[in-house]
Amino acid sequence: MYTESVLEKVMRAGHIGVTGECGPPRGAMPEVVKEKASLLKGYVDAVNVTDNQTAMVRMSSFAASMFLRQMDMHPVMQMVSRDRNRLAMQADIIGAYSHGINTMLCLSGDHMKFGDHPMATGVFDLDSVQAIQMVRKMRDEGKFQGGADIKNPPKMFIGAAANPFADPFELRVARLAKKVKAGADFIQTQCIFNVDKFELWMKGVRERGLHKEVFIMAGVTPMKSVGAARYMRNKVPGMDVPAELVDRMAKPPKEKQAQEGIDICVETIKRLLDIEGVSGIHIMAIEWESAVPEIVERSGLYPRPKL
Amino acid sequence: MITAERKPLAEIIDSIDGCRRIVLAGCNECVTVCAAGGRKEVAMLASALQMDFMKRGKTLEIHEMTLERQCDPEYVEQLAPFIDQVDAVVSMACGCGVQEVVRRFKSKRVYPAVNTKFMGASERPGVWAERCHGCGNCLLGLTGGICPIARCSKRLMNGPCGGSSKGHCEISNDVDCVWQLIWDRMKELGIEARYEDVIMAKDWSTERGGGPRKIVREDLQ
Amino acid sequence: MENFEPVIVAFCCHYCAYTAADMAGSMRLSYPANVKIVRVPCSGKVDSIHMMKALEKGADGVLVAGCLEGDCHFKSGNTKAAKRVTFVKKLLEEVGIESQRLAMVTMSAGMGTRFAQIAGEFTQAIRKLGPNPVCAGRGTCATAKVA
Repeated sequence: MYTESVLEKVMRAGHIGVTGECGPPRGAMPEVVKEKASLLKGYVDAVNVTDNQTAMVRMSSFAASMFLRQMDMHPVMQMVSRDRNRLAMQADIIGAYSHGINTMLCLSGDHMKFGDHPMATGVFDLDSVQAIQMVRKMRDEGKFQGGADIKNPPKMFIGAAANPFADPFELRVARLAKKVKAGADFIQTQCIFNVDKFELWMKGVRERGLHKEVFIMAGVTPMKSVGAARYMRNKVPGMDVPAELVDRMAKPPKEKQAQEGIDICVETIKRLLDIEGVSGIHIMAIEWESAVPEIVERSGLYPRPKL
Repeated sequence: MITAERKPLAEIIDSIDGCRRIVLAGCNECVTVCAAGGRKEVAMLASALQMDFMKRGKTLEIHEMTLERQCDPEYVEQLAPFIDQVDAVVSMACGCGVQEVVRRFKSKRVYPAVNTKFMGASERPGVWAERCHGCGNCLLGLTGGICPIARCSKRLMNGPCGGSSKGHCEISNDVDCVWQLIWDRMKELGIEARYEDVIMAKDWSTERGGGPRKIVREDLQ
Repeated sequence: MENFEPVIVAFCCHYCAYTAADMAGSMRLSYPANVKIVRVPCSGKVDSIHMMKALEKGADGVLVAGCLEGDCHFKSGNTKAAKRVTFVKKLLEEVGIESQRLAMVTMSAGMGTRFAQIAGEFTQAIRKLGPNPVCAGRGTCATAKVA
């Protein structure tokens, strides 16, 4: 055991880890964070708190994570290298850890172009792999990235992302290996709709034994409507939504599409849990947190272990 | 080369509107090659400015002059005989050239007529693309000779990110995913194994992190 | 403005438009005397600065006349000319001069009728536009010298 992270404890004990997601609001609205979090409470081991996702300004991941801590929940503080240099990142990591935040996810972040501040400069002092190295060095060596000693170093359970559906596919396992080498403890994948392709990727992961070095949490997203399905299929870079799923979403009348989306999500999770090397499920119910309890229960992942 | 693009005419006109006489100074180096500020472009801009002023019933005397190298004091000196006769210098050189003219002629107004863009190469006629960021610590030896700092939208040193799609960058289909290019090149060279070497966090002090940069060669002073 | 007689400069390729103009003459087709022909070895030889200078010095309209697509004697001079015309038109818009004052046209050497027709139509179009605003501002027009 490296850390006090509940997520780590759950997965190290051999249970399937379950994480949810909470996107902070675009305004000083603590009640929104609390409401989203309360919908997830008891159904997930930890909650990812996104960091200016899609390059739109939101309440900081750190601040929103604090609200979760106050509710006795366990945030996975996301941190993108787009918005901060290594000084700011390390300062926030120490600060967050001081407040009992012990799990984080290192990302490069969506490009500024996708958000509402395309005129902003991208910092990218580090990339995600180098950020993982930095957090690992802080924890294991007790040293800042620059080399100086840290008094009472933060012990973070370190997460990273992987997208098995981006190109070139042949590099996707190798890039994961790089993140593992850099020091990632767990991986959360991009939303999986194309389970066949994910299985192919996992085969490559197992061939290299990477699933034994890192906890792989398979990402899923329930689709709320056929419109959302089409949007993800056509507009979101690096997303692979098979045409059959879009067709399936289109079949039921509009008011029943959300239920179809949940059904698909549950079926997907069940298939994913059968794949050797999958240690957890990461449910990204974006602006649809209320769907999570049903998904978790029907997937046989409820109740969550008490550790 | 250092690439540049002419500023919108309105912006140039705005900066010199009160002037009666100007020197329009081009440069024979990079901006000539990228067709932004060489002799031809100086002539075109002079003609356009001339038309604009005449159209408004005003007159503007333009002395067209294209220096061998505007970032070099030796050639900037060639402006000296004309400088007192004009109200301002409009420079079509890159930002380096503009500032050399400023350094030499301390009391003269100098305006840029181009936006200096990047260090790039001519991909094909009429297309220039960024190649080097001038980070001061070249890592091309690690990346198959293709630069992720200048050419990855997120300057990832350990890419590609999850947005790489069919060889394109997530920000636009017009932008190549440089990590796809690097990977293809590594395969070509048979050095795929090198991909998994983590490129360590960069020391940006050789870039802008260390403040304005300078090279001193004592043997040449 | 009724008496306004525009000055049109037509850069004519030796291999097509220039011969076509000649043919128009021998066919006794009349075309406006406003059109002043400058013979060039290829429309591709007409640089952007030539188009600009013609207008700067007071021409009211400029024609660049080259060979039909695919028929350039030097392979691609006419397509290059067309691209330059597009480029200069944009610059003219920036200066605030109607871009219709500049046009690229193509024809073969045998198209005397087409030359005469284009010369007539273009002259009429420029007549409608009125004098080049550059001369208007300057107070002296090329027109005065011609008419």
